[in-house]
Amino acid sequence: MAATRGLFGSSLARKYWMALTGLFLSSFLIIHLIGNMPILFGDQEAFNLYAAFMTSFPPIKAVSYLLYGSILLHAIDGIFLMRQNKVARPEAYVSYNGKANATWASRNMGLLGIFTLLFLIIHMRSFWYEMHFGHVPTMDIEGAQVKDLYTMTIEAFHQLWYVILYVVCMIMLGFHLSHGMSSAFQTLGLNHPKYTPAIEKAGRYFAWIMALGFAIIPAYVYLQHLTA
Amino acid sequence: MNFTINVWRQSGPEAKGRIETYPVSGISDHMSFLEMIDVLNEQLINQDIEPVVFDHDCREGICGSCSMFINGEAHGPGRSITTCQLHMREFKDGETITIEPFRAKAFPIIKDLMVDRSSLDRIIQSGGFVSVNTAGKQPDANAIPIEKADADAAFDAATCIGCGACVATCKNASAMLFVGAKVSQFALLPQGKIEAEDRVLNMVNQMDLEGFGNCTNTGACEVECPKGISLETIARMNREFLSASLSSK
Ligand code: HEM
Ligand code: SF4
Ligand code: FES
Repeated sequence: MAATRGLFGSSLARKYWMALTGLFLSSFLIIHLIGNMPILFGDQEAFNLYAAFMTSFPPIKAVSYLLYGSILLHAIDGIFLMRQNKVARPEAYVSYNGKANATWASRNMGLLGIFTLLFLIIHMRSFWYEMHFGHVPTMDIEGAQVKDLYTMTIEAFHQLWYVILYVVCMIMLGFHLSHGMSSAFQTLGLNHPKYTPAIEKAGRYFAWIMALGFAIIPAYVYLQHLTA
Repeated sequence: MNFTINVWRQSGPEAKGRIETYPVSGISDHMSFLEMIDVLNEQLINQDIEPVVFDHDCREGICGSCSMFINGEAHGPGRSITTCQLHMREFKDGETITIEPFRAKAFPIIKDLMVDRSSLDRIIQSGGFVSVNTAGKQPDANAIPIEKADADAAFDAATCIGCGACVATCKNASAMLFVGAKVSQFALLPQGKIEAEDRVLNMVNQMDLEGFGNCTNTGACEVECPKGISLETIARMNREFLSASLSSK
């Protein structure tokens, strides 16, 4: 008889959840970045229509619940794994040369994840909460009243501290994903000498394109505001 | 050569340990690291200090017992070697060298540098075997055809000596490289297929029960492993476990 600990019990099962939710969250980043692009072009209508579409189209709403669930599962599972890993070495080494054999990002996934979580809380409070439950002024687009998230976003990014917070957090996310992407493939058992080097490279590119893409938006809005 | 040795002294499993500093002199650059400790112990005995307890057996890189964390790395600097294969010429004359035991909840310290690695044995007992007759009348080695690439990969995995360097070096004290190797060496062979599902489920379960940490794929184990066991073996274990969990009865 084999010993089984179910879908959440074993270390490996917990890692599969980590990888699956991580990859799902990462796929959302692509959509989110593309949707935010109109801000860079100053296209108020396109951005507001995108935001309205994302909060009203039923299939997208369904996926968004999956997304909230994934964030929670990824964060709770991650914190649980971190705690377990701490317990696995009760007494620390006096001298530990971590950089001799592993990248900084891979050794600090928990810390980077917690930063990302804090960012998500601030970010969702600022925009998601306001959009869903707050009072966002509306604007008229071809006869329809649409919430003007665009103006709210631009105004938020006129504050220097807020822009710096975003840029720093995006660097954290870049590091988190620079290890996380290829790590997820390894966790799911997808390691092959032919493909793994390419997966690692693509993972790093993906991470830094996402980080750069999201960091540019607040930085650009702020710089434009300075020169205006 | 002369060195300053910072070494972990701990009188027993429950005792509180601490770093003690001793000078050691008259070391030849041809000596292995263990021979240097032999000399150190000789000098300590002459000063009426209890010698440093450490684990060793073959002194040629095959038994895996010379567990030591040297200057922040399992088996010290140098790649694909155990402590007994590390030579003093790798260090600078006059250098300070810090020596600690392998640290993990699943590797309790017995004394000084010696730890109890029997948790790895219990993982093997839980499934790291094949129930085929290997004693008595020997079966013909080529009776079952096996593809060369698979045979080679299985053999590579089987070279794991159970030294525990992967656990020691892992920031999470995870034993997944060891278990990956021990799952892989059978998973690739027809003889291993029969018990494959139970094997991976039971071994991973035992690994968890022993209190090892979880892999975050830092890859440190692969770098420090004296036998060059690859992360591919962990991925294979992950695949085997996933399919076994989904399909086991
Ligand atoms: C936009 C948000 C996030 C994305 C896209 C993301 C993505 C990923 C990916 C792809 C992995 C690799 C999975 C694996 O190694 O198998 C990962 C790992 C990890 N994440 Fe996240 N993550 C995010 C937020 C968070 C948050 C909020 C936490 C909170 C604590 C977190 C903690 C971790 C930890 C600890 C790991 C390492 C787990 C491991 O490798 O076993 N992440 N993440
Ligand atoms: S996988 Fe390598 S480091 Fe780990 S126990 Fe086996 S030989 Fe030692
Ligand atoms: S003493 Fe046997 S491997 Fe070092």
